[in-house]
Amino acid sequence: MRIGVLAVQGNFREHEAMLRRLGAEPVEVRKPDELAGLDGLVVPGGESTTFMRLMKLYGLDEAIRTFEPPILGTCAGMIVLDRNHLGLADVEVDRNAYGRQVASFEADLRLAGDERPLRGVFIRAPRVRVTGDGVEVLAEHEGEPVLVRDGRIIVASFHPELTDDTRVHELFLDAVREALSVRA
Amino acid sequence: MAEIGTMRVKSGLAEMLKGGVIMDVTDAGQARIAEEAGACAVMALERVPADIRREGGVARMADPDKVIEIQETVSIPVMAKARIGHFVEAQILEALEVDYIDESEVLTPADTANHIDKWKFTVPFVCGCTNIGEALRRIGEGAAMIRTKGEAGTGDIVNAVTHMRSVFGSIKRLGAMDPDELYSEAKNLQAPVELVRWVAENGRLPVVTFTAGGIATPADAALCMQLGADGVFVGSGIFKSDNPSERAKAIVEATTHYNDAEILARVSRGLGDAMSGLSAAGLAPEELLETRGW
Repeated sequence: MRIGVLAVQGNFREHEAMLRRLGAEPVEVRKPDELAGLDGLVVPGGESTTFMRLMKLYGLDEAIRTFEPPILGTCAGMIVLDRNHLGLADVEVDRNAYGRQVASFEADLRLAGDERPLRGVFIRAPRVRVTGDGVEVLAEHEGEPVLVRDGRIIVASFHPELTDDTRVHELFLDAVREALSVRA
Repeated sequence: MAEIGTMRVKSGLAEMLKGGVIMDVTDAGQARIAEEAGACAVMALERVPADIRREGGVARMADPDKVIEIQETVSIPVMAKARIGHFVEAQILEALEVDYIDESEVLTPADTANHIDKWKFTVPFVCGCTNIGEALRRIGEGAAMIRTKGEAGTGDIVNAVTHMRSVFGSIKRLGAMDPDELYSEAKNLQAPVELVRWVAENGRLPVVTFTAGGIATPADAALCMQLGADGVFVGSGIFKSDNPSERAKAIVEATTHYNDAEILARVSRGLGDAMSGLSAAGLAPEELLETRGW
């Protein structure tokens, strides 16, 4: 599996390391032609305003809008994929809604159907305000969704790539495998 | 139970800034230009280093009104500088909820022996270094991000290059050492042995490492990235140039596409004059900022 990682800014290298650990081949994406032939895409953490500007410069925003395989977005990646940006995940998200950096936190989360806690690292995190019909909540923090799935799109307001826990990336790669088997 | 202020949360924000440009700004207008250009964060300060150098006097933490004005203008992280060892300036900046504190040699030091005990704070700190010993001392004191110092306010990249070569070269050297030698090496470097061992085993500093001091052009930014920096701070280089908005955009683009010479050539065109600058080699020892910090 060749998985693109948006590399215009942010912590793309941690996602690459995670993907490599799980046996996928990461490919850094800075320009639209680099999306060709990829089986999935990760939009990492970083600054969403920086991402949007650097994507627009090269038409990468439009190219991702029409990219068909599964996509995983974390933190800034969740913002970029939401209703108000690329419109690929049917969620409305408030930026930095947990507060400034002094309010950034980590906490144990419970994944749907999994007893083992998942450590969530929230850095100036976005908050999911509205989820559309058909959006599945995979994890919550204090009653609010923090990991959701809208078909082939999975978005997290926290940073699974900052821990050693591979479960969120495994979930994403399962979606990639599923999509590949449908295509084949 | 949610936990705040952990090292993972502190260094985590620096991780998110990687591959980006952090720009010095002195007011809301400059902050807006920086954010629109794609800066991943801004550094709020009273005067850019080139002006501190020119005007002299004691350089202190920015006026809180200035910090708040900038926080209210942008949605990207806002950093601010405290004087070396001035833990009360840091307490004030934490109360203002800045996203990162830069314990900076650009301001006039408040303590000639001690840096701030950064473990006591919830807000994370970035500190400057000229070599690996200095970097590891700062990390030992709780810094969650490091930047090589360069020579701020000159527009001359040479010291930034020297400092990066020194830090990254030392990392390689530590990796090649016999584990038995690391105790003595830690003593030579005046750095905690646990951190020296960590670097030897992992081949990098334990925190994100940006570069600063003297970056004035897109080519300077790409040079730093190719030498191994995780990202760049640009101080006087943007707002002391002819066309700050265009130069800011070009430096952001160059930092992302640092390995693509065709893009670098294109973004380097039509920017007008860069800041005129000072040759760092022509500065008297007492004019150097890089030697501040212990």
